[in-house]
Amino acid sequence: MPLLSVEELSVTFTARGRKDATAVDGVSFDVDQGQVVGLVGESGCGKSVTSLALMGLLPRKGVRIGGRAEFDGRNLLGISERKLRDLRGSQLAMIFQDPLSSLNPVVPIGIQVTEILQRHRGLKGEKARKEAASLLDRVGIPDPDRRLKEYPHQLSGGMRQRALIAMAVACAPRLLIADEPTTALDVTIQAQILELLKELVDQEGTALLMITHDLGVVAGLCDEVNVLYAGRAVESAGRRELFAHPTHPYAHGLLGSIPRLDAPRGEPLRPIRGSINDKIAWADGCAFAPRCDHYTLECLTGTPELTEPRATGHQVRCVNPVLPQAEVPA
Amino acid sequence: MSLLELDGVKVHFPVKKGLFFDRTVGHVYAVDGVSLSVEAGQTYGLVGESGCGKTTLGRAVLRLNDITDGAVVFDGTDLAKLPSEEMRAFRRRLQMVFQDPLGSLNPRQNIESILAEGMAAHNIGKDQAERREKIKEILAKVGLPSNAMSRYPHEFSGGQRQRIGIARALVLEPDVIICDEPVSALDVSVQAQVINLLEELQESLGLTYLVIAHDLAVVRHISDVIGVMYLGGLVEEAPSDALYAGPRHPYTKALMSAVPVPDPEVEDRRERILLHGDLPSPANPPAGCRFHTRCPWVQETKCATERPPLLDTGDGHKVACHFTAEIEAGTVKQTLATGIEAVISTEAVATEAVEVSEGDAETADAPVKKEEEPATVPAQADAGEAERAEESPKA
Repeated sequence: MPLLSVEELSVTFTARGRKDATAVDGVSFDVDQGQVVGLVGESGCGKSVTSLALMGLLPRKGVRIGGRAEFDGRNLLGISERKLRDLRGSQLAMIFQDPLSSLNPVVPIGIQVTEILQRHRGLKGEKARKEAASLLDRVGIPDPDRRLKEYPHQLSGGMRQRALIAMAVACAPRLLIADEPTTALDVTIQAQILELLKELVDQEGTALLMITHDLGVVAGLCDEVNVLYAGRAVESAGRRELFAHPTHPYAHGLLGSIPRLDAPRGEPLRPIRGSINDKIAWADGCAFAPRCDHYTLECLTGTPELTEPRATGHQVRCVNPVLPQAEVPA
Repeated sequence: MSLLELDGVKVHFPVKKGLFFDRTVGHVYAVDGVSLSVEAGQTYGLVGESGCGKTTLGRAVLRLNDITDGAVVFDGTDLAKLPSEEMRAFRRRLQMVFQDPLGSLNPRQNIESILAEGMAAHNIGKDQAERREKIKEILAKVGLPSNAMSRYPHEFSGGQRQRIGIARALVLEPDVIICDEPVSALDVSVQAQVINLLEELQESLGLTYLVIAHDLAVVRHISDVIGVMYLGGLVEEAPSDALYAGPRHPYTKALMSAVPVPDPEVEDRRERILLHGDLPSPANPPAGCRFHTRCPWVQETKCATERPPLLDTGDGHKVACHFTAEIEAGTVKQTLATGIEAVISTEAVATEAVEVSEGDAETADAPVKKEEEPATVPAQADAGEAERAEESPKA
């Protein structure tokens, strides 16, 4: 049984006098122990809302959450706030995109790290301080004793993200959710942080749910990849299978539109036309249809089902998938 | 002669302190001696990480920042010494596209008014009707509907806003467009549309671009020549393909190896050069080579004391490193271990720490020493010169 099993998760934001906005519209995926699962998509595809819903961080008011998220036998979406608080930080942990705004600017790093150790592991005083120092050391922050006394603004971006990772892994969580952990960082620092995450997964067996828009990061890190579009997974496959045979026109188009460092120069990019605003509701058909080059009338007859047109375990939500004969020569 | 030539451009920002007397207590050396030339009709890509001074340099070309020292020669005129009134006239020919398309468009002006403002300032078009015609034509060129004219910036998506930014530059019929992170605020699928648009416009209008971006893949895609900046200075400059095929400066090597490629096969095979630590502060840059504090190949001699000049190493491939040839020939070894030393298990930390200190001890004895290959090459810098013609082991 997988560690985390998400089934038909949906999140709808409601506000009086406004139309409901569905951010996540039936997302399902599993995360196993020691596995890195990626949720990829562009802005507005619902990837961050999915992570917030799993962590129970969405406001109670004005949000309707549906579906199930089974973590170690418990439905995360149904348990009480008190129980969730015990899980968060100890079993589930999260790393956010912007390391500066996820740290308290007026509290030294040391106190923020020991707070978690106190709450979940009952460590106090010198013991907690020592443990905090060893945590910072473990994530590669030099001179941890001095850093513990410093405030977030005194640390560089990469260092802040390391401190956040230290806090996230303080209680050896079983599932780590990383929401765009490297987007705010420079590439050389990004490489350092990705290496650190890889090591955590390899050595501790932590399951990692990696949320990102960067397909390059996914290619290097994730075992399983779910491509999200307008709140639904449109393609799910193992990393090698997905990148070798992107089958949903969106995933296919996405890979064709990224300038690659190793591509021969002069090869034009093949962008996807339109923008995320040109979509239709999943209930009426395929949300991607208005931007799709392969679309037919069939696309407008209700939500397409997940099928496996190419290989087992390679799920695609499309009635006109990109199959070998239709593939545009690269 | 090149259309745009920068010669030893420096932009230093004073650091002030004190409530009443504004004492200058130091300088931020944002751009510290950059020389480059942009050929007409070509694209020069400037890459570097945040804080390397690439944006400041781009703004300095337009004199949006004061230039502390050096010359910016555009079409035979040194812009750095021009009185500001004359500079204003030159800005018609040098336009800029900014990173944040929403922040650079006035939310209270409709698109026609935004585009017409610059035209009126530079006396382009006789009257409103003529300007409107021109705007319509440009909007069509950048792929926006003509009804966009009466709409406001918030009504457009990010990609469309960037098109408006490009249109605003184009209505003035510039020769050079400086694009500061033109696509970094956009989603990948839209990013590709804007990149293609920039390329099409260059082809049809014969534009010259100076593209400033942090994304090496984007820059490689659109540039003819790429300059890599680190802490206020150029460390390497080469034709796009040459730079990709064989980066020579250690920083470029590290930068290129860190860029993720959306292909698992490639990702699994690649060798990463992980840099230690963070960018030093430009207010207090390291002496000697700016990169020596993080360089995996740092040597005892020269690196910390002498700033390497940007020298041509053949075929227009310029590198600012004292040991280019030696690194290429493999006669100097990596002195800093690459990779994150403080790894998870404590044993690993212990063993690696020992290795590192041993490595340091060795280099202290013989700063230039070949170690990776068993072949016996004398530990001399001259050996590197001799081997320059041979293949680099770290391609």
